[in-house]
Amino acid sequence: MGVPTGRLAVWWVLASEIVIFGGLLGAYIMHRIGHPAWADQAIHTNVWAGGFNTLVLLSSSLSAVLAHQAAERGNGRRAANLLLLTVAGGGVFLVVKAFEWTHEIQAGFTITSNLFWSFYYTAAGLHAMHVIAGMIVMLIVSAAARRNEHLHRVENIGIYWHFVDIVWIFLFPLLYIAK
Amino acid sequence: MAEHAAHAHAGHHDDRYVKIWAMLCVLLVVSIIGPMFGVRVVTLVTAFGIALVKAYLVAKHFMHLNIEKRWVIYILVVMLAFMAVFFGGISPDVMTDGGAQWHKTYVEPPVHPEAGH
Repeated sequence: MGVPTGRLAVWWVLASEIVIFGGLLGAYIMHRIGHPAWADQAIHTNVWAGGFNTLVLLSSSLSAVLAHQAAERGNGRRAANLLLLTVAGGGVFLVVKAFEWTHEIQAGFTITSNLFWSFYYTAAGLHAMHVIAGMIVMLIVSAAARRNEHLHRVENIGIYWHFVDIVWIFLFPLLYIAK
Repeated sequence: MAEHAAHAHAGHHDDRYVKIWAMLCVLLVVSIIGPMFGVRVVTLVTAFGIALVKAYLVAKHFMHLNIEKRWVIYILVVMLAFMAVFFGGISPDVMTDGGAQWHKTYVEPPVHPEAGH
């Protein structure tokens, strides 16, 4: 038996996402190694905010996989509720990010300040857009799951969400911990 | 009876996912505390080594790559290989100060790790 069409489509999307984020992070890593002075800029990123957001995304991944589990059991209502919990996690992540960016921009660190901040806002911004896209799709899948319809889509959006989580797992040490 | 068994089985799965999540949280704490010692090797292992472990755990247990078709994994690995080729091809130029017919005129500023504190 092959892979169901929907899940296959998600894997192909993620294959292209690996190249998108991989290219961006690869470029960041080689520039970061080549410019030790970026440490002077990286020191201004907030480790605790980044760490808290990592915890939020890891927790939202747990609720996403539990939603998948509920969908496999045919419990659409529980799957829908767990997906809404996952969306809430994405919301908390974005709110923390908004406070973080506001503070950094007010301190004078903008996307044009220098290459470190250009990478910082581009990588975190691209990731945030993926979070928003995931939340929107999850709301649609959740509404259908509540009616016990298209339950297989719960797994598909979950796989995407876990990938977004993995991208952040690498962004966190690169942008926040490496000082 | 069968329903009870199914519920017990499902509960077992839920517990497994919660355990994986707890492991990820512990690893997160280690990845934050490790670099505080200021030792380069410890930072590399705790921050980046643990990131690899966390990504592996999420991919295996949450994305279920361990039970996915093998060729799906091959597709993802090929994409990662492309990234390695990209990095290997470009980084030697980006990270050096000159080549056969060029040199970098930009002067790196001195590093002040304590700046901003």
